[in-house]
Amino acid sequence: MRSRIVTAAAFTAATALAVTGCGSGSSGSSAKSIKVVYWQNLDSANKLQANFLASMVKEFTKANPGTKVTLVPVVASENDYYTKLQLMMRSPATAPDLVYEDTALINSDIAGGYLKPLDAYTAKWADWSQYAKAAKGAVTGASDGKTYAVPDDTDTRGIWYNKQLLQKAGIAVPWQPKTWADVIAAAKKIKAKLPGVTPLNLYTGQAGGEASSMQGFEMLLYGTPAGDKSLYDASQKKWVVGSQGFKDSLDFVHTVYSEGLGPSKEQALGANFGTTVGTELIPEGKLAIDIDGSWMPNNWSSAAAKPWKEWQSVMGTAAMPTQNGQAPGRTSMSGGWAWSIPAKAKNPDLAWKFLSTTLQTKTNAAKWNVTNANIAVRTDVASDPAYLNSVPTNKFFTELVADTHYRPGLPEYNQVSTAIQKAMESVTTGQASVDKAASTFDNDVKAAVGDDKTVEGTS
Amino acid sequence: MTALAPAPRGTGGDRRSRGAPALSPAPAVRSLLRGLPTVPAVVLLVVFLAGPIAYCVYYAFTDMQLTGASGTHFVGFDNFTRALKDTDFLNAMWLTLVFVVGSAVVGQNTLGLALAVLMQKATRPVRALVNGVVIAAWVLPEVVAGYLMYAFFFNQGSLNSLLDALHLPDQNWLYTMPILAVCLANVWRGTAFSLMVFTAAINDVPQELVEAAEMDGAGPWQRLWRVVLPVIRPSILTNLMLITLQTLSVFGLIYTMTRGGPGNKSETLPIFMYQQAFQNSLIGYGTAIALVLLVVGALFSVVYIRLLKLEDD
Repeated sequence: MRSRIVTAAAFTAATALAVTGCGSGSSGSSAKSIKVVYWQNLDSANKLQANFLASMVKEFTKANPGTKVTLVPVVASENDYYTKLQLMMRSPATAPDLVYEDTALINSDIAGGYLKPLDAYTAKWADWSQYAKAAKGAVTGASDGKTYAVPDDTDTRGIWYNKQLLQKAGIAVPWQPKTWADVIAAAKKIKAKLPGVTPLNLYTGQAGGEASSMQGFEMLLYGTPAGDKSLYDASQKKWVVGSQGFKDSLDFVHTVYSEGLGPSKEQALGANFGTTVGTELIPEGKLAIDIDGSWMPNNWSSAAAKPWKEWQSVMGTAAMPTQNGQAPGRTSMSGGWAWSIPAKAKNPDLAWKFLSTTLQTKTNAAKWNVTNANIAVRTDVASDPAYLNSVPTNKFFTELVADTHYRPGLPEYNQVSTAIQKAMESVTTGQASVDKAASTFDNDVKAAVGDDKTVEGTS
Repeated sequence: MTALAPAPRGTGGDRRSRGAPALSPAPAVRSLLRGLPTVPAVVLLVVFLAGPIAYCVYYAFTDMQLTGASGTHFVGFDNFTRALKDTDFLNAMWLTLVFVVGSAVVGQNTLGLALAVLMQKATRPVRALVNGVVIAAWVLPEVVAGYLMYAFFFNQGSLNSLLDALHLPDQNWLYTMPILAVCLANVWRGTAFSLMVFTAAINDVPQELVEAAEMDGAGPWQRLWRVVLPVIRPSILTNLMLITLQTLSVFGLIYTMTRGGPGNKSETLPIFMYQQAFQNSLIGYGTAIALVLLVVGALFSVVYIRLLKLEDD
């Protein structure tokens, strides 16, 4: 009788273990295999990174027989991608060996204890000296000064405009607005002269995620007189609230959408608008001015889903002006993406080997920057004529680096960014006035970072 | 189908006479042994149900984050006080009530009842057609239903094409009144459940009662109001309880249609909870909101159960 009880108990325990996946032998990667996670955005036609990584895996497995690299694309909106990634990195059972992230989030994940410091690896890697200082800064932990990722590209942002449409509206090209007012004035001219054309696109709202915060809002905010201190004051280590610059930027957003100078609100607040802009509105000549990133040509290259060869003659570029044309006269925002190794990775050494001997050799880094039309972070690549000439706009966007700004590399940035998107959305829809949206933002930021970490803006 | 068949009699085995054989184990041991077969199920329930729920309650009192903080600390009622001061939370609370009352208590319930009553006198093909259409909406996966409804309501969608054909002004509810759009969508999707419950209940109303009322000169309205409804009252309350709890936790439908936007005009509690926990990485705050949602559901249930109790007294 007793033995039966024991047997039943043992059976029960075994069942529980089996169903919860506890116990040994359930790990997915052996010493010879790694799992690499990257973001496949909702535009499933965009396979640039998938194809590039597949060729890298081929190269690596050929050089290292017996190794296995599994690519795991996560198909999601950008915000959902990070959520999924963080959930994966939380548990040793699901942690990948190499992950691809926007540098804006690196500090959040460092503070979360998700990432492994790479200093021991970079110390023995000759190529590390080739990486630009600003790019290294973007992947350095705010609290401990250690390196947590290897950046593979950076970007800048500016104004893309359709030369033909501007000329039709009676605006001389090449066009270079000097102030925000110039941008609005041009948009108004286009609206009056060209019915059926969206004059100006400015990303906005929560569905757009970081694109709204960065291409949309920070391109304005960092061009206000407070400049680098408009969102975060690094000298006081405090977030700026209640500033006039913030309200002015919101007012710009409000003007664009309330006066019908932008896309329809329903379109702008949709989840996949970025793809629509790059693959439909611009090539079809339905959008005249777009405040967007240096990577736009990868929507139109021969490798893209819908190649558009004419872009080189149709599209012009201009720098985003500062609010009133004050020095330095132009502004830009830079981010970039980077490869990290999760703290709970099963096979960090092999992941590093893949990263340093294949993904980020000079040749392959250049190949990636050319493929994806982004700005190089390695000085040896940046001066390479093949890279500079690969995309006609590379030179213009690389020069913007001189006047660019980086987002505050802090764990709280993510929440502040969400608060920005919320404020933008409420003035876009007209749900709140500029003042009301700005004060909601102030409260959101105080709730997220603590009252003692905020300071009233002076300008 | 008329009245229910009598319930099967209890099938208790013949009782053992007292003075059991000396070899049988003591009563305590015996009941233990009888419980033995349920042990695996109990263990699984504890591991997969009670465990996560207990964790969830615990997280609600911590400042756990998905990213941005390594440690998790016990913060007492901070998350709840924060929620009460959070205008977005209060907005979500209000919209949740609107959504539940509008789409479930009023919408699905009334429409389901009306359809059930009308179908009493319908011919077989009509009944089959209506049943088919209504139930088709219900068996669709939530996300599919959400996309269909989006395609129906959005600016260039089928509803506006229809309105254009009839020379009526266009609507733009997804944008101007998103909570109305998701309410209508939820009525469309969920009415089938109420329809089935009420059809079964009405079929169980004793025919002689209705006939007697007719003999006494009651018109169709009076028969419905004074005979049928009082008889099926318990079914109405049970149905209300079930659809209220279902509607409280609707996420996919709203998320696919509006993502809680524009702004926060259709951000009900489940959507708000998701955004706090996964977009803002505030797991602790998100789970606290989940607990609040649980309490709201419990309150509704308590009211319905009280009403049912009155019924019995």
